[in-house]
Amino acid sequence: MTDDRILIGHGSGGKLYRDLVRDVFVAAFSNSVLDRLDDAAALASPSGRVAITTDAHVVQPLEFPGGDIGRLSVSGTVNDLATAAARPLALAAAFIIEEGFLLADLRRLCASMARTAQEAAVHIVTGDTKVVQRGLADGLYITTTGVGEIVVDHDVSAAAVRVGDAVLLSGSIGDHSAAVLAARGEFHFDLALQSDCAPLWSLVEGALAAGGTAVRFLRDPTRGGLTAVLAELAESAGLGVEVEEEAVPVAPPVRALCELLGYDPFVLANEGKMVLVVGPEKADDVLAALRRHPLGAQAARIGEVTSAHPRRVALRTAFGTRRVLDMPIGELLPRIC
Amino acid sequence: MCLAIPMRITAIDGKMATVELDGLSQRASLMLLPSASVGDYVLVHAGCAIAVLSEEDAQETYDLLNEIAAFGAESSETEPDD
Amino acid sequence: MTERELQAAALVPRLAAALAQAAGDRSFTFMEVCGTHTMAIARYGLRQLLPPGIRLVSGPGCPVCVTAMRDLDTVVAMARLPQVTLCTFGDLVRVPASRTTLAAERAAGADVRVVYSALDAVQIAADEPRRQVVFAGIGFETTAPTVAAALLTAREKGVANFSVLSMHKTMPAPLRALLDAGETSIDGFILPGHVCVITGSDIYRFLADDYGVGGVVAGFEPQDVLGALLALVGQQRPEITIEYTRAVRPEGNRVAQQIIEEVFDPCEADWRGLGVIPGSGLKLAPACSGFDAQARFTVDPGEPREPAGCRCGEVLRGLVDPPDCALFGRRCTPEDPIGACMVSSEGSCAAYYRYQDLDG
Repeated sequence: MTDDRILIGHGSGGKLYRDLVRDVFVAAFSNSVLDRLDDAAALASPSGRVAITTDAHVVQPLEFPGGDIGRLSVSGTVNDLATAAARPLALAAAFIIEEGFLLADLRRLCASMARTAQEAAVHIVTGDTKVVQRGLADGLYITTTGVGEIVVDHDVSAAAVRVGDAVLLSGSIGDHSAAVLAARGEFHFDLALQSDCAPLWSLVEGALAAGGTAVRFLRDPTRGGLTAVLAELAESAGLGVEVEEEAVPVAPPVRALCELLGYDPFVLANEGKMVLVVGPEKADDVLAALRRHPLGAQAARIGEVTSAHPRRVALRTAFGTRRVLDMPIGELLPRIC
Repeated sequence: MCLAIPMRITAIDGKMATVELDGLSQRASLMLLPSASVGDYVLVHAGCAIAVLSEEDAQETYDLLNEIAAFGAESSETEPDD
Repeated sequence: MTERELQAAALVPRLAAALAQAAGDRSFTFMEVCGTHTMAIARYGLRQLLPPGIRLVSGPGCPVCVTAMRDLDTVVAMARLPQVTLCTFGDLVRVPASRTTLAAERAAGADVRVVYSALDAVQIAADEPRRQVVFAGIGFETTAPTVAAALLTAREKGVANFSVLSMHKTMPAPLRALLDAGETSIDGFILPGHVCVITGSDIYRFLADDYGVGGVVAGFEPQDVLGALLALVGQQRPEITIEYTRAVRPEGNRVAQQIIEEVFDPCEADWRGLGVIPGSGLKLAPACSGFDAQARFTVDPGEPREPAGCRCGEVLRGLVDPPDCALFGRRCTPEDPIGACMVSSEGSCAAYYRYQDLDG
């Protein structure tokens, strides 16, 4: 009997299942709450408001330069909580594993999750495992749910945004999409670049400390990229957004890839970047705070909120001309024309 | 109707070249450009190198455009039926 | 910004000013015939830098937009064959055929794969000998030789399960047809930079010689397009010149031309919006018929259905601007395209819609 692969029996709730939980998940994530192995984890209740978020992660390939599905799932949930100005309190992780998945791979991915959780100072306190038959789940799907404590009293949302607010971006865009595309191997190229996948709570915490109530809006540009975030912001706030194309950092390999395949870097997904809208009186302070953080070294002021063209995002090119940025549509397709 | 980008040939093996730009590297066919050499900048379209780019020509274009820009400015100072 | 980008950024406003001065109060209509030029003009907002007298129209330069409905339906019919792996450039995936799209067919189970290069399709065929790999060949003279190279590679390596569905078209003939039709007055052409890398610029001399219309072969940076416009405005008599000298020679790329001739023969082609134009298409030469998908498979594409109210044809002929079409921005949008001019990211309608100029 092979004991180096996941078997259907591992999902059946019996001894095999208990062994798996203990030998793989608890071994990787061990903490006082998880170790009790209760079906529901009891937490102390925070003094302030609570935020909750959930995400399913289905990335291919499972491991890519700069990250893997484990790091992605923890970072993604921590970052969603961060957009609510919420410090992560606890994570739950549900695994759907394909029969035949190598245990060594699972251990490595769990180790990555544990490291990422440690970076974010949060524990994985409960979880679930299901095993599906060979051919399903592309190896592994992970769903993470996070609970966080909102550390501010003021409203951080599109409704809080005002004309004249500065739009800040914590770093270069397109890195994650480009790295994953390269790793996927459909288009046969190599990229001297890694995914930016990382948990951003400490970056956001620093920004909130520097900006206080002037921090109006936080969003991470994942699917749909920077354009999606700005378009949604403009639409929800009922205001215009103006962006300087030259101010948006794009790493040279990403730019080259976009020129090659006809992609727009502004719609590529990022997994370690944050868009912040900040009142003008605090914009410089917040920018400085971002730049002091290792994950915000390339932070830039990229634009501002305006009363012109409400609900639309305008991009100002290097030549002083302007065009509209609209919500990106569906599938990302390369072109030759 | 053709996306093509300039990439530098870093290696050639048979009819295929390794081409590189700013940290992006891939393979491109030299079937349409057999005379290309390592170190050349070539235009790459749909996986094939289609032209060797000349740095001198590139600079020449800039110089030429600079000239026409200056000429255009001058000609506005002359009479229309000059 | 790099040194080169700084040079460009400095040149652009100066070229724009020179263009305004050179044009004075004269009016010009210039046509560009390359989807990549359509995109570049839109992306850089170049129309905002032009003097009011210069009107830029888009011609039939987007290979997806000019593919006839019947051809799109044939691609779909091929994709539906159970043994076929349909390889295509990404450009075709969302284009509405008469009843469906390749994306919808893929969702329904067809084996449709996006490739960046026709050579990748040959590799897929080599790796999966039980599949019949059909490559959907669209594109003009820039792309045709790359597909020819792929076919020759398949032949040399004995990859017999590879075939090409050629819908390739060539550029000079439709320009002749446009000028013969005389529907719109064109004062000059911005000629396609990368097509001319392959064909050279001499084959466009007929524009000046037979029709008295000049042309300039332009690159794709904003300073290239502005430089070409300035050259056009300044032409004392109609002539064909090259702005994109760093990549284009008057005689073109002879090796690529020979490979096209080895693999393809000219034929008539059905251009959406323009009708059938003799000598404007490329079909596989008899010596390569063993790799012709149309010879290998018999499919029935069904009756082609043009969407009602779609004015793509007139847009492609430069007769109307996209906003003149009643469907534009209302029933026809990039999310829900009706015509190819909207779904192709470099179709005139898509370019207009996505890169709209703002008011105020």
